[in-house]
Amino acid sequence: MAKKRIVTATVNGREEEFLCQPRQTLLEVLRNTLGLTGAKEGCSNGNCGACSVVIDGKAVNTCMVLAVEAEGANIETIEGLAPVDGLDPLQEAFLENAALQCGICTPGFIMSAKAFLDENPNPTEEEIRFSMAGNLCRCTGYDKIVRAIQQAAETRCAQSASCEKETV
Amino acid sequence: MATIDETRTAEGSEETPKYKVIGTRPIRHDGSDKVTGRALYGADIKVKGMIFGAVLRSPHAHANIKSIDTSKAEAFPGVRAVVTSADLPEPGDKIAELGEGAVVLNHLSSNNLARTKVLYKGHAVAAVAADNLHIAQEAASLIEVEYEVLPPVMNVLKAMEDDAPVLNPDVRTEEASTGETGDKPSNIAKHIVFEKGDLEKGFADAKYVVEREFRTSTVHQGYIEPHVATVLWNNDGQITVWTPTQGTFSVRSQMAELLHVPLARVKVVPAEIGGGFGGKISVYLAPAAAVLSRKAGVPVQIVMDRADVLQATGPTPGSFIRIKMGVDADGRLTAAEAWMAYEAGGYPGSPIGAGAMCVFSCYDIPNGRVEGYDVCVNKPRTNAYRAPGATNAAFATETVVDELCEQMGMSPLEFRLLNASKEGTRRIDGVTYPRIGLVETLEAIKNSEHYNTPLTGENQGRGIGSGFWFNAGLKSAVTATVNSDGSVGLLEGSTDIGGSRTAIAMQFAEAIGLAAEDIKPAVVDTDSVGYTDVTGGSRVTYATGWAAYEAAQDLKRQIVSRAAELWEVDPDLVSYEDGSVIGPDKSMTFKEIAIELSLGGEPLVGRGVSNHNEPGGAFGTHLVDVEVDPDTGKVDILRYTAAQDCGTAIHPAYVEGQIQGGAVQGIGWGLNEEYWYDEAGSMRNANFLDYRIPTCYDLPMIDPIIVEVPNPGHPYGVRGVGEVPIVPPPAALEAAIYDAVGVRMYELPMSPPRVLHELLKKES
Repeated sequence: MAKKRIVTATVNGREEEFLCQPRQTLLEVLRNTLGLTGAKEGCSNGNCGACSVVIDGKAVNTCMVLAVEAEGANIETIEGLAPVDGLDPLQEAFLENAALQCGICTPGFIMSAKAFLDENPNPTEEEIRFSMAGNLCRCTGYDKIVRAIQQAAETRCAQSASCEKETV
Repeated sequence: MATIDETRTAEGSEETPKYKVIGTRPIRHDGSDKVTGRALYGADIKVKGMIFGAVLRSPHAHANIKSIDTSKAEAFPGVRAVVTSADLPEPGDKIAELGEGAVVLNHLSSNNLARTKVLYKGHAVAAVAADNLHIAQEAASLIEVEYEVLPPVMNVLKAMEDDAPVLNPDVRTEEASTGETGDKPSNIAKHIVFEKGDLEKGFADAKYVVEREFRTSTVHQGYIEPHVATVLWNNDGQITVWTPTQGTFSVRSQMAELLHVPLARVKVVPAEIGGGFGGKISVYLAPAAAVLSRKAGVPVQIVMDRADVLQATGPTPGSFIRIKMGVDADGRLTAAEAWMAYEAGGYPGSPIGAGAMCVFSCYDIPNGRVEGYDVCVNKPRTNAYRAPGATNAAFATETVVDELCEQMGMSPLEFRLLNASKEGTRRIDGVTYPRIGLVETLEAIKNSEHYNTPLTGENQGRGIGSGFWFNAGLKSAVTATVNSDGSVGLLEGSTDIGGSRTAIAMQFAEAIGLAAEDIKPAVVDTDSVGYTDVTGGSRVTYATGWAAYEAAQDLKRQIVSRAAELWEVDPDLVSYEDGSVIGPDKSMTFKEIAIELSLGGEPLVGRGVSNHNEPGGAFGTHLVDVEVDPDTGKVDILRYTAAQDCGTAIHPAYVEGQIQGGAVQGIGWGLNEEYWYDEAGSMRNANFLDYRIPTCYDLPMIDPIIVEVPNPGHPYGVRGVGEVPIVPPPAALEAAIYDAVGVRMYELPMSPPRVLHELLKKES
């Protein structure tokens, strides 16, 4: 068995140092070493998106990243999204739109949607559906999830001035 | 989105809504935990000192097990225990009721750890527990199993042939009507016949007759959370199981029977459940984890990977169905005949019974015959999947109906309105319907904007389909504990798979006159609440909601009697109305009286149980527009509307969600999903990339129309919602594809290669 390595990364704004074997995925380390079980393991091969977190601004399937690759990375997980005294607009929108049933895909959806809205604050329905196609949900039929992301985009736009409507 | 709610106020005045809480859309009680990642699902449960298990699975679809040598695995550093079927008690020939119908224990036990044979690729053979998962997996690969490979039987019709290899030597054909069994081993486990009227005369009266054969593929529920079980077999013999399940009490029964221990020695703690759709009722991992824990002396957690989930849990059957239907000159059905063979998988138990009851359930048919077969094949043992058996059947029947309509030149919607089942219609299996709402769903579609918007594009088409599911009642228990400040905790045994905590709390709140937010529902373990049947059969909102209603009635009785005592008046002069207890010259709100009573006397605890079996039955009608790419055969959905009678919508947002989610599962079944087997019986698409469930990019918005025809058999008119919406989509899509490009599809899924094949055939 290969020796364990020390990895240093920023996780939800705090610098974390952890030990891992080279064969361990980032998902395994997040869940089992750092205790961040919000990212879920649905398929272990990058197909379902339930393990999505945001790394350096991009939504990433952590089951497809080795933990040693996270050296120096800035990792945002669902556990770090909500402010202490409330919820993020995406979280609020998922609740208000009943955009979850069993809820297992929800953390992955919310983190993917966060990275997506950070890049495209004012998306069309088509753009949402295209960009979220890497996250599978088996309960909702996606209708209410798409609506929740639309609502969250509106809320985020209303909260910041940087949300100019793009004209084509 | 539209809601037909004229029936809601039928009993009250036209202006005031009938209910205060029911029909509103509060935020679900468990919502915050689920959007912040705090909710603990199966694999999030970490029990102190636990180690990890891995399962060795059969590489063959059909083989005898000659020997198993676990010595190398046992000697591997870090391994703490190894088990095979020899570590489970001999199941004997007992048949037990385990909360999901009768189960042959030998089959359930052998499905968990194979005894003498493996019956499908992925069948569990042995399990290892070790310090970590990686060690467990490596050690499992060191177990040496000697197999005698047998020819796999992968097709239901082949399995029924006289000279087919027989999977289970103990299976004989049971004649369902008499209970008699055949005298020699067979893959046909059960034969069902339902008859009504005079079939020959019925077809003689018909002007149009269509007879077609249909094939459907094995499909999986596809829940995103893989199966997990964490088990501690304690030194005192007490067993604790932490698992995401649709039925904690069903897991408890299965464990007690499989391990030969009393029920009271098993405690099942429900984790949050990441989807089930019928597939998380049977145990797959917990028995092995239990005997590993007994050997290792510490808790053991086993988690499946996606390939295991697809290959070794319970998908829903592939099937062969032949349908013949006859219609007279006026467009009335005169006769219908069905011959249906469902693949049970390795062990008997396909939902052929339900399929045979559902096949003509949407139509009033004077003469009919339905014949059904439950057939073993070398695929995983099938389990329930949302309206189990009904979708296969509806695809066949509704397609024949569409062809009949085409021959008659009659609108498929008008045909259905003319022939629809309604109150008093007697199904071919003998059941007479109470008040049902099929006609109302047809009318809702007929009046919808979608139906009244013509479709004009090239290669575009529109289709309609209807579907039925029984829904279930069964047993539920709820305990309401009133706190000293007037807030209420609600303990439930129904695991919450899609918002049912809130739907139950809302019914309690309505009954006691509080707001949904005043109630704190909790799904608790099997030691902490009364017996509750599975979260299945669309029963929870109906049955556990009813138990919550009863708990509220119990509290109201107690409050009235104790208020009378407190006020020193005759109890007959005290009543409970609209959230307040009212005496001759005094009244107090629930909160006030709860605080008052907490100061003296016994604690205020309400008890509610239910075992009612009038869930009412529910119907849905779906309308879909598609566009077919003539070059690739790919079907795109342009627009989708689904109308469903749910009796009363307790929380309309979650009712819509059930309709949308069910419809999309049906769309996946119709267009894309299938188990792809090679000749050796090995599934070649056992991952989410290749077993491709719909993504959000494949779909438009799904427009639900909630139809409310209250169920007279429930205090609030609930029927249950979850299962019906998966039934109509494949049939509606088939009709739409035909309307678009003029080819009939008799096999599911209607995937691009199949549609293209039919298009090319039509051209040549």
